[in-house]
Amino acid sequence: MSQDTTISLKVEFGGGLELLFSNKRSHQLTVPATVPKSTEDNATKQADITFLIRYLRDNLLQERQELFMENETVRPGILVLVNDTDWELEGEGEYVLKNGDEVVFISTLHGG
Amino acid sequence: MPPRTCALCSTSRAMLKRPKTGQQICKECFFTVFETEVHNTITRAKLFKPGDRVAIGASGGKDSTVLAYVMKTLNERYDYGLELFLLSIDEGITGYRDDSLETVKRNQQQYSMPLKILSYDELYGWTMDGIVAQVGRKNNCTFCGVFRRQALDRGASMLSVDHIVTGHNADDIAETVLMNIMRGDIARLGRCTAICTQGEDTIKRSKPFKYAYEKEIVMYAYFKKLDYFSTECIYSPDAYRGHARVFLKDLEAARPSAIIDIIHSGEAFEVREEVKATQKAQQTCKRCGYISSNDLCKACVLLEGLERGMATAGITDRGRKKLDAEGPAPDNLRTIPFYTAGAAPAVSVGPD
Repeated sequence: MSQDTTISLKVEFGGGLELLFSNKRSHQLTVPATVPKSTEDNATKQADITFLIRYLRDNLLQERQELFMENETVRPGILVLVNDTDWELEGEGEYVLKNGDEVVFISTLHGG
Repeated sequence: MPPRTCALCSTSRAMLKRPKTGQQICKECFFTVFETEVHNTITRAKLFKPGDRVAIGASGGKDSTVLAYVMKTLNERYDYGLELFLLSIDEGITGYRDDSLETVKRNQQQYSMPLKILSYDELYGWTMDGIVAQVGRKNNCTFCGVFRRQALDRGASMLSVDHIVTGHNADDIAETVLMNIMRGDIARLGRCTAICTQGEDTIKRSKPFKYAYEKEIVMYAYFKKLDYFSTECIYSPDAYRGHARVFLKDLEAARPSAIIDIIHSGEAFEVREEVKATQKAQQTCKRCGYISSNDLCKACVLLEGLERGMATAGITDRGRKKLDAEGPAPDNLRTIPFYTAGAAPAVSVGPD
């Protein structure tokens, strides 16, 4: 169990999603290691990807949040990779973030 | 949680979950199964024969970029004996297609394939920017879709190719099946799942990615670090397809095999002979020679509407009647050059 109170992450956007985030593909950020479980009570949890998605919406997203989020997770059609691994193998939103993690969000919804 | 090992090689760490099968596999095994499945799709449908000249419809987007890469890989690995070309259509959309064409030009270098770009402006005398300025943003996708289809065939004819392959993936085809059901378009429902289509007069067209999931195409591009362009068209997106797409993505989230299941359902539909008999026979357009189910092909009607300042002529019956009431097309009307399949001289394409 890490003693750190914050976690440094690299977050990348691709497939057109970067357009919602100041047209910048790569973002370096620091988030708290422990975060509220929900907005209602004081219970806490370790920061996970579900938290990160909400954090990105509240702090980095510039426009059209409906193209990024739906029902407290990413919109269907957005792929998420944690350290280059499909998040479906890592517990999806429940994956607990570690210092130095690299999280990539790629939209598949653009024409091709 | 401990890292899982690949379900196929049992040695490397699994890096993705295949939507089709739920298998957890490593990067190298993923490349192998993805490429092998496309190869199996191609050989099972006997799409090509040695010596074929094949144009890859290239937009610079993810699907066609991965298609170009995979076609080149398979052609070398399995000795298909194909001559491959990139064919791009420049719709004339500033800030969108001009940027994506830059990607195609890089692909031309990266994959060392000759590239031919044909523009709407060259073929029809109109750019999409010009069309939108006249018709607005409501029906412009109709113009773009009709014009692109014909432009691809004509571009292919200029390259003297036998075959056009496009990057349509399993998700696209499942969406189209849903759209045709919802619209009650029996004729299209009957043919939209065909891997290869060929009009009497047109060049063969096929979809080697028919069974490839969009997720895997994007993962492939990401892991291979392929250079592709991803921006939404600046003009209004195809709203109807958008609804089908969102619905399909929701289905996929609930059950990943939904996409392939819908394609299989589409393939199993059979249009009864007496229904088929009511469908219009294909002929050639009296004005431009392109394949058509009416005297004039859709592109000619749309172009005439644009030229005579009555853009709705090709969209609605009412618009068409209004145009007819104005009298016949004037002699000096701009038209599309006459199309003779296979007879066009081969043009040289180089890195210009």
